[in-house]
Amino acid sequence: MSAVLERVTKVVVDRLGVDESEVKPEASFREDLGADSLDVVELVMELEDEFDMEISDEDAEKIATVGDAISYIEAKVNA
Amino acid sequence: MGKLEGKTAVVTGASRGIGRAIALQLAKEGANVVVNYSGSEDKALQVVEEIKNIGRNAIAVKANVSDNESVQNLMSQALEAFGSIDVLINNAGITRDNLIMRMKEDEWDDVISTNLKGVFLCTKAVTRQMMKQRAGRIINISSIVGVMGNAGQANYVAAKAGVIGLTKTTARELASRNILVNAIAPGFIETEMTDALPEDIKAAMLAQIPLAQLGHPEHIAKAVVFLASEDSSYMTGQVLHIDGGMVM
Repeated sequence: MSAVLERVTKVVVDRLGVDESEVKPEASFREDLGADSLDVVELVMELEDEFDMEISDEDAEKIATVGDAISYIEAKVNA
Repeated sequence: MGKLEGKTAVVTGASRGIGRAIALQLAKEGANVVVNYSGSEDKALQVVEEIKNIGRNAIAVKANVSDNESVQNLMSQALEAFGSIDVLINNAGITRDNLIMRMKEDEWDDVISTNLKGVFLCTKAVTRQMMKQRAGRIINISSIVGVMGNAGQANYVAAKAGVIGLTKTTARELASRNILVNAIAPGFIETEMTDALPEDIKAAMLAQIPLAQLGHPEHIAKAVVFLASEDSSYMTGQVLHIDGGMVM
């Protein structure tokens, strides 16, 4: 498990109160993990804090699944 | 013990008028206050001094609420100084009165920018912090004219009516995070803003007030304390009319 995946998983589990096994790359925050729109905003906020980065509103709107979040963060961290 | 012991409040447009009274009243109830101003630095510093005399902490921060960068800076200075933002009072407002037929586009734009967009920008800027805190109060100062209309103030009235709609929407969006959002619609309150009105208009307004007197900034400030405190913890999305009974 990559470090990013691990940290994203922890944030998602803490924020949405879901089981770790549900946090798969293809899982959609809203459809599969029961998040409402405000939860997603909050999740992005916490990812910003966790990874010490800023995620613009335009980019945040494109993050719909766990995988979206991971690849976005990985791309930014490696940039 | 005050009702707001240890809380931090940001009051926009707090150097004069209703905002000044709100800042002082919040401090009397134990809050530390961020006194925002746009032009009147001396007066803002006087308010800070008065708050310190009450035994609370305060800072004055210059910011134009219609400018996003300026608003971001205001909120980060507040956080830096006090570590939290528990209460936001969106009070800053201006007037550029004119009949619609004579009103210039920039008179319209200026008032909408400060009085309506300013509320949006300040609200947006504190939301992150308040969501993290899982607590917050936002109190928007609308106006009774936003409910009843007022000849010669199309821009001001449109902005103040807009603030009521914004209050209700913000209340709905943030209720699940325990952020309560209410508005106050002051009637005819004795301030520099109303002093500037011609005598005949003042007399006509007075005639419409069942309690037959003008309001004082403190009347509004006390309602703000109520909305900022635990006493109003089951209230959100409401508009309190404090107008001597003008609108019922």
